[in-house]
Amino acid sequence: MTASQIIFYTISAFILGSGLLSVTSTKIFRSAIWLLFSLVGIAGLYFWMQVEFVAAVQIIVYVGGIVVLIIFSIFLTQESGKEMPKPSMRKTIFSVLAALFGFAFTYNLIDEYGFPIGNAKPFNVAVSDIGTQMLSTTDFGYILPFEVVSMLLLASMIGCIVIAMKTPEHEPGEPKEVMLDNNEDAPAPTVVIIPSVPEPLIIAEV
Amino acid sequence: MNEVPLTHILFVSTALFFIGMYGLFTRRNLITMLMSIELLLNSVNINFVAFNKYLYPDKLDGVFFAIFIITIAAAEAAVAIAIVINLYRSHKSIDVEDAAELKF
Repeated sequence: MTASQIIFYTISAFILGSGLLSVTSTKIFRSAIWLLFSLVGIAGLYFWMQVEFVAAVQIIVYVGGIVVLIIFSIFLTQESGKEMPKPSMRKTIFSVLAALFGFAFTYNLIDEYGFPIGNAKPFNVAVSDIGTQMLSTTDFGYILPFEVVSMLLLASMIGCIVIAMKTPEHEPGEPKEVMLDNNEDAPAPTVVIIPSVPEPLIIAEV
Repeated sequence: MNEVPLTHILFVSTALFFIGMYGLFTRRNLITMLMSIELLLNSVNINFVAFNKYLYPDKLDGVFFAIFIITIAAAEAAVAIAIVINLYRSHKSIDVEDAAELKF
């Protein structure tokens, strides 16, 4: 067993263990921290696979962005020390069965497929290659998905602001204005309007 | 370098996928369900990068798919958290059982 294998199995056990704790922990804040460990472990797996760019993106976006966002939203919406109610026994049993059977079925397929043993070519991802192919307009270039994803990010940014914006509550001045408008609609002589204006004002303030 | 067979990496990603699925089934809190979805997306990313490394080492498509999935996951998480905060403002709870106005 070489060092590379030992590193791989250690990282895998770390990922799976913290992922399992993340979905079973009853305190939501601990759950978020276990998710953080799991994502860091996945970044380590990318480093082990020598795709350093994806590992860096994983750390920046997931660990630095999404987990921090999740922790903020936990603080905004929950009492983070409170225990969450446990799922019912029936639901737990059926979920475990579904996950186990699904895993057994899928891994059976993977195991029997017999992937070709890799041609052991070195897999070196240079960031300059990624950049060139990402912005190339020739065949196998990714300029169109790149632009579409930039539009998606813009749309989601505006959408988040619109969704989370606080709708202004009704100011006490608003019904006053409405009543004034109603009064002005009536074709009354100007002499009558002047005494009629204070009346709705008093009603609205009471 | 290829001392670890591909099936072992696929074992890890498959196990992570079904761990996330278990979380999605048992949790009833919107934020924890979002965390389970992040686990699912990450397991798919591991698959893409591993297939690219082991089966097509002279191409880069798996890496591109992984990068785009990470981008879309970030956008999805941001929109989901905006919805969660808005839901908390109107219902004082982010349990999925409490938000049942559109159920029937």
